[in-house]
Amino acid sequence: MRIVPLIISGTVTTALIVALNMQLPVGATKTPRLGYFLSPQQGFWQNAEPADVLFDKNISINGIKSAAEVYFDDRLVPHIYAESDADAYFVQGYLHAKFRLWQMEFQTYIAAGRLSEIIGEDGVKTDKYFRRLGMVYGAEQSLKAMEDNPETRAATDAYTDGVNAYIKSLKESDIPFEYKLLDYKPEMWSNLKTVLFLKFMSFDLTGQGDDDLKMTNTRNLLGYDTFKKLFPERSNLLDPIIPKGTAFAAPSIAVKTPANVDSAYFNSNNNAVTATAPIIPNKNNGSNNWAVSGTKTKSGKPILCNDPHLGLNLPSLWYEMQITTPTQNTYGASFPGAPSIIIGFNDSIAWGVTNAGRDVKDFYDIKFRDTTMQEYWFNNTWKKTEFRKELIKIKNKPNDTETIAMTVFGPVMYDRNYKSKNEDGQYIAVRWTAHDASNELLTFYKLNRAKSYTDYVDAITSFECPGQNFVFASVSGDIAIRQQGKFVAKWKRQGDFIQPGTDSNFMWQGYIPATENPQMINPVRGFVSSANQMAVDSAYPYYLGRAANFPVFRGLIINRKLSEMNNITPQDMQKLQTDNYSVLAEFARPFLLKYLDETKLNAEEKNQLDILKAWNFENNINEKGATIFKIFWDSVYKQTYADEFGKSKLPLSWPDQPTLVDALKDSAYAFADDINTSDKKETWKDVVLIAFQKASKTLFKTSQENKLEWGVFKDTYVNHLLKIPALSRLHLPIGGGAESINATTANHGPSWRMIVQLTDKIEAFAVYPGGQSGNPGSKFYDTFIDSWVSGKYYSVLFLNKQEARHNNRIKWHFTFTKA
Amino acid sequence: MKFITAIILTALLSFTIGLFTALPWWSFAITTLIIAAAIHQKPWKAFLAAFVAQFVLWAVLAFIIDIANQHLLSVKVATILPLHGSYILLIFITAFIGALVAGLSALTGSFLRKR
Repeated sequence: MRIVPLIISGTVTTALIVALNMQLPVGATKTPRLGYFLSPQQGFWQNAEPADVLFDKNISINGIKSAAEVYFDDRLVPHIYAESDADAYFVQGYLHAKFRLWQMEFQTYIAAGRLSEIIGEDGVKTDKYFRRLGMVYGAEQSLKAMEDNPETRAATDAYTDGVNAYIKSLKESDIPFEYKLLDYKPEMWSNLKTVLFLKFMSFDLTGQGDDDLKMTNTRNLLGYDTFKKLFPERSNLLDPIIPKGTAFAAPSIAVKTPANVDSAYFNSNNNAVTATAPIIPNKNNGSNNWAVSGTKTKSGKPILCNDPHLGLNLPSLWYEMQITTPTQNTYGASFPGAPSIIIGFNDSIAWGVTNAGRDVKDFYDIKFRDTTMQEYWFNNTWKKTEFRKELIKIKNKPNDTETIAMTVFGPVMYDRNYKSKNEDGQYIAVRWTAHDASNELLTFYKLNRAKSYTDYVDAITSFECPGQNFVFASVSGDIAIRQQGKFVAKWKRQGDFIQPGTDSNFMWQGYIPATENPQMINPVRGFVSSANQMAVDSAYPYYLGRAANFPVFRGLIINRKLSEMNNITPQDMQKLQTDNYSVLAEFARPFLLKYLDETKLNAEEKNQLDILKAWNFENNINEKGATIFKIFWDSVYKQTYADEFGKSKLPLSWPDQPTLVDALKDSAYAFADDINTSDKKETWKDVVLIAFQKASKTLFKTSQENKLEWGVFKDTYVNHLLKIPALSRLHLPIGGGAESINATTANHGPSWRMIVQLTDKIEAFAVYPGGQSGNPGSKFYDTFIDSWVSGKYYSVLFLNKQEARHNNRIKWHFTFTKA
Repeated sequence: MKFITAIILTALLSFTIGLFTALPWWSFAITTLIIAAAIHQKPWKAFLAAFVAQFVLWAVLAFIIDIANQHLLSVKVATILPLHGSYILLIFITAFIGALVAGLSALTGSFLRKR
C-alpha cells in the first residue's frame, strides 16, 4: 500500500462524492444533488418518458376489492370501469398519483403550512400565514364532518388507499421529477390531505374577504360619506344572475344592525392597518357558466357550458377522466387530490360551477389586556384566550413553533409576533366559514350520481364553502342555477371593514337557509347564466358583500349574446366561450372620445387615437386598438383617483372599474378634479387629455418594442407551480382579457372549458391548458395547450365498457386485480 | 489486455449495481474501487480505465433515454442548470461527472495494492 497517495486520493474521491451528494447554494437557490440528479439510472433521466411509451399494465395490488379496468384514449384520458364505487375511487387515487403525485402533494404542503419542509427558510412566511389563517384548524374540523358521513368516508378511504398503493409501488428512480430537483421524497397520503386540498380551494375562492383591511384604510382616508360615493352598494351596470325585478320571499332571519354601528363601525377611524396578507388570491378568480334550454338549441335539448377562471399552472389543477360503476357513469374534470368528478356530466345531467364571490371572511379588532394576549375584552369582561400551537418544520433548520391566540371569533391572524408588514401592533382576528366543519365532497359525490333536478338540489344543499353558482341541465330538459354556500346573514355593509371585536353584537347572527339562496329553474327566457356578478338586485333581503367582489362585464355580454342566440349548436357555444369582445371598452370608449380634445394632440398621439377609433372592441391577438384602450383606460383611472388615493401610504382598496365607467356619464363628476391643484377645478376633459398624453408615452415605448399587438402585449403564459420558466409555456398567442368571456389575462384564465349537449347520447367537448401527465419529461405534459390557445376543443369520448373495448381512439389498457 | 478487462468489468458492475435503485447513486464508486484493487495496473491506467468505462456507460445510457424521449426533458433540464438548452452538453456533463467519480475511486483502489 502506498499510504500517502492513498490518503490523498481517498480524501479527494470522498470529497467529490460528498459535494455531488449535497445541494450546493447558487445565488438565492440551490442546485439539486448533482451526482444523484444526473445519474442516468436514478436521476432525472429516468423521468424522460419514451415518446412512444406504452402505458399498458396488469396491476395486481392489495387494497382493491374485486377488479377494475382502465382504458386510456389517445389523449391519455382514463376511462375507469369498476365493479364497486370503492374500487373506482381506489383506481382514481392510483391514477392521480401515477400522473400527478408531485402537484397533489405540493399543493397540500402549501395548504398545511408545510412549505418550509420542502424549500427551507424561504417557505416560513407562507407557512405562518396559512397556519394563522386557520387552514389546518379548518381542515381538522372538516375532516371530522367528511369522515362522519359513510359515503364520503368510504370514497375517501378508498381514494387514499389508491394513492398510497401507488406510492408504495414507486421505485426510487421513478419518483417524479420535481422531487429529484428539490431533493425530497413523497410521503403517504391521508384523508386529511384531501381535505386540506379542498380548503385550499376555499382559500383561493373566498379571497375577496381579505380586502377588509385595505377597505378600512380607504374608509379612514376618505371618511364614510365620501367612501359611499366611490364604493356604491351595487353597480348601476349590473345584470344579476337572477333577472332584475324577480320577487323574493321575506327573509326568515331578521338581522339586527348593532345600535352603535355608526360610531363603533362606519365612522370609527381608529383602525389604520399596515398588515397585508403575503398571499392574496387572484382578483380575477371567477368563471363563466350557462345553460340554455331546448327551446333555444338546434337539437331541442339543453346545452350546458362552464369555464372556471383560475391561475394557469402546469401541471394543471384539473385531470380529465371518466368513472363508471354500477351507481354512476360520470365524466369530467377531477382534482388530483380528491375523489370524484368536480365539473362534468353523467348519463342524465350536467353541472358546472362559478364562484359566488360572497364575503364569508371577516376581521375583528381584538383588545388584549396586555402583550401576553392571555385575556381580551369581550362583552364588558376579560375573557381568557385559548392558544393553539403549530409546529413548523424547516428543512436544514431547527423547528419553529407558531403560537396562535384563539378568540370567540377565530384565530388572531395579525399580532405583534407575526410581522407581515404589520407595524402597528394591532390584534386582528379572522372569522371565516372555512373554519367550520363542512363536507363539500358529499355534494360532488351526489352530483356524480344525480339523475334529476331533485337530485341536483339535494346534492348541492349541503355545500358550504367556497360558495358557488351551480348551473344544471338534464337530458329530461330542465335547466337551473342556484347560488349555494353557507352564506352569512349580514346587516348592510357588515364585514366591509374591520369590525369591533369587543362586542358580540358585531358577530355573525346566523346563516341564510339554502332555500332562500338565489335560484332559478326553467326561466321563460330559455337560459340561465352566471359570471361572478352580484346574484340579485336590491329586492333580495340579505346583504351579499361589497360590490367590488362582483365583476359585471362578463355577465352583461353573456346575457346579451344568449338572448340573441337561437338554434344553438355546441359549435356556437365554442365560439361563445372563446369570445374576445370587451363590453367595458364598448361602454367607455364613446365617453373617452367625447371628452378628448383632438386639437391638442400631436401627430403621434393622433395616430394612436385613430387606431383606437377604428378598433372593433375585440381583444384579438392582432388588435393594437385593444392595447391602446387598455393603457389609455388605466391611465384615466389613475388620473382620476391617484390624487385622492395618493394621500395615504397605507395599503388601500381603489374603486372598481364599473364605478369609473358609470362616473364618465356624470359630466360634473366631483373626483375628476385634481385635489392637488387649488387654482383650478378639473373636469373630465382635463383628466382624459392628460391621461391620453401620459398613455401615449407608454404606448410609444410599447410600439418601439413591437409589443403593441394585444397578444404580444398581454403575453399569456402557463406557469409551472415552481415558477421555473423551462417547465412553463411562455408567450402564448391567445386573445381575451379580464372583461371578455374568454377571460384570459397574463397568467390567469379559463382553466377548463366544457360544453355538454344533453341529447340522449350525450355529446361533449372539452379542453384545458395543460396535459394529462404532470411529468415534464412526458409528451403528454402540455398536449392540450396549443388547442386551448387557438380555441379548439376535443370531442369527448363518453363510452360504456363494451364500446371502450372496441373504440379505435382507445390506446392503452390497465387491469387492476386483487393481489 | 488488463486495461480492456478493467474497462469492461467496471462498466458492467457499475451498470449492475445501478439497477438496485434503493442504493445510493454513488455505489458504483465502491465496485469500481474493488475492480481497480483487484486488477493491478499503474495508477494512471486504473484511473483512465474507470474514467473511460463510466464515461461511456453514462453517456450511452443517457443518450439512449434522450433519443427515445426526443430530447423533451434534457432540453428543459439543460435550460434550468443552465447549459443554454444543450442536451449534448448535458449528456457530456452527466458522463463526465460519473467518469470523474469512477476514475478517482479506481485511483484510490489502485493505491490499495503494493507497488
